[in-house]
Amino acid sequence: MDELVIAGRKFRSRLLIGTGKFSSNQAMLEAMEASGSDIVTVALRRVDIDNPEDYMLKHIDRHRYLLLPNTSGARDCEEAVRLARLARAAGCEPWIKLEVTPDPYYLLPDPIETYKAAQILVKDGFTVLPYINADPILAKHLQEIGCATVMPLGAPIGTNKGVRTRDNIAIIIEQAHVPVVVDAGLGAPSHAAEAMEMGADAVLVNTALAVSPNPGMMAAAFKKGVEAGREAFLAGLGKPRKFAEASSPLTGFLRDEK
Amino acid sequence: MSFLDEFKKHDHGEVLDRIMSRTAQDVERALQAERPGIEDFEALISPAAEGYLERMAERSHRTTLQRFGNNIQMYVPLYISNECTNGCVYCGFNAENPVHRKTLSLDEIEQEALALHRQEFRHVLVLTGEAPNAVRNEELAAAIRKIRPLFSSISIEVYPMDVDGYRSMVEAGVDGLTIYQETYDPELYKKLHLFGKKRDFLWRLGTPERGGEAGLRSIGIGALLGLGNFHVETFFTGLHALYLAHRFWRTRVSVSFPRIRPAEGGFAPLYEVTDKQMVQGICAMRILLPDCGLTLSTRESARFRDNLIPLGVTQMSAGSSTAPGGYSHQDEGTGQFNIDDDRSPEEISRVIRSKGYEAVWKDWDAAFLRANVS
Repeated sequence: MDELVIAGRKFRSRLLIGTGKFSSNQAMLEAMEASGSDIVTVALRRVDIDNPEDYMLKHIDRHRYLLLPNTSGARDCEEAVRLARLARAAGCEPWIKLEVTPDPYYLLPDPIETYKAAQILVKDGFTVLPYINADPILAKHLQEIGCATVMPLGAPIGTNKGVRTRDNIAIIIEQAHVPVVVDAGLGAPSHAAEAMEMGADAVLVNTALAVSPNPGMMAAAFKKGVEAGREAFLAGLGKPRKFAEASSPLTGFLRDEK
Repeated sequence: MSFLDEFKKHDHGEVLDRIMSRTAQDVERALQAERPGIEDFEALISPAAEGYLERMAERSHRTTLQRFGNNIQMYVPLYISNECTNGCVYCGFNAENPVHRKTLSLDEIEQEALALHRQEFRHVLVLTGEAPNAVRNEELAAAIRKIRPLFSSISIEVYPMDVDGYRSMVEAGVDGLTIYQETYDPELYKKLHLFGKKRDFLWRLGTPERGGEAGLRSIGIGALLGLGNFHVETFFTGLHALYLAHRFWRTRVSVSFPRIRPAEGGFAPLYEVTDKQMVQGICAMRILLPDCGLTLSTRESARFRDNLIPLGVTQMSAGSSTAPGGYSHQDEGTGQFNIDDDRSPEEISRVIRSKGYEAVWKDWDAAFLRANVS
């Protein structure tokens, strides 16, 4: 598959995975392995960032994976910025998946606070990957201030509903000059394939793997879905048409015209 | 609008009549609803739903898995005082009980905290009785500041405060509040709380929302099961949780189902709540509120707790002591009540793993609240 490039850095896989909700660290590691992913995101709230013995930090091979810390749980700009800086101070690379989700129920991203935090973190030298609602204008603003990707949601986190925000994601893809990573709501490999077929540069999946009875097998399935979708996009998909098109019954006579 | 306005709309007798008249058809409808409301909840906690426990448990399990994953978050209580000026007939700390009273010094509190930290705990619930001469807001804030480098999340379950009091707790490093109404029946409340500040039913009823106004990040509520009618108490607990979740949309609401345990004073439950009813209440609450935390303490037996793990529970305590000084074996005071599940945290996390879940010790970071965190 062609490489994914984010902020000048190349990745073989277009499947990013999250590390929450797994039944054990072993299940998480198996899913990571089977997914073929190069980027794994870790919630800073879940790890003891200053402790090198922290299980998750210790067992994620940083030569193999880009450990992408996220600010899950942050309620506003200030909290997200503080968390990002702590992660960097503790030795993480200055990449941050910016999540500002003030509502603990649907975990929908706050556009205002996300934008403010992105401004500060970009200036601060971070490579910022913001999680956003599928809002094309917000995506433009975030690109303009220097975010490395935009990560619109397909559906609310954990819902497995697929690409429900399809029309807006299509606009974001059309207009983006940074990679578009569809994040959240993808519950099946076919959802991932759909996003990739649309031209998304990558997808991020967590719940669908973590709560599967067989996370490793599910991760392998998502890997194939992502690859199939990407290849179909590159090959050029035929556009669905409303009517069958046999010939040109109305303008066929023009063919004879020289 | 405060919860009191919502509360006043519901007459206790009418609530009970409504719940008792719910039918199997109502339960079916509730189970099929994508987002069940309070009327569906009435059906799910009614006797008509007793035959639907397996289906309720199945939905509760699925929803919890989807929203919280295969995770059980671990916490532990830290009692810093058992001094109390209230006369609550069911409580071991009742001012009239001749128990060994103890308020820990700051150094003793730190010893307790260190003992818990060594056991891997990073979420702690700090508790006291209600005794203005023993523990005031300032002392409590000092205790919080003392132990906060050791924990990523600190909650309190203490006497009710005003909004400013809770703000001072947030400043000290508290992110969560637990406050049980005990009973939502005002008449019964009066009979059970004979003297002291806790006798004020309405002040207690408004406490969770004062915590919400002060910006606390999680608020836990519950009725002490064994006091009032199970159906009515569970209804008002659900109504209260729903109200808090709507009004304080940035705060996570949790619900506990504390069942009365034997304690000093020898109080016998007024209303027997069965295991089946507990399960029914937990599953119904999950179906009403897919994202609310559901907390299970060591009040319950090991066997019962183990079986509840996949049914919707999201937080569990382990290795608990209800006595001030109980962890570092100092001169400990008398406990609030006798716990049932006395297995070690390690043992309980092994059981959690054997059920296909991960025991999560840290799911919060002190840095959310505090700029100058160490």
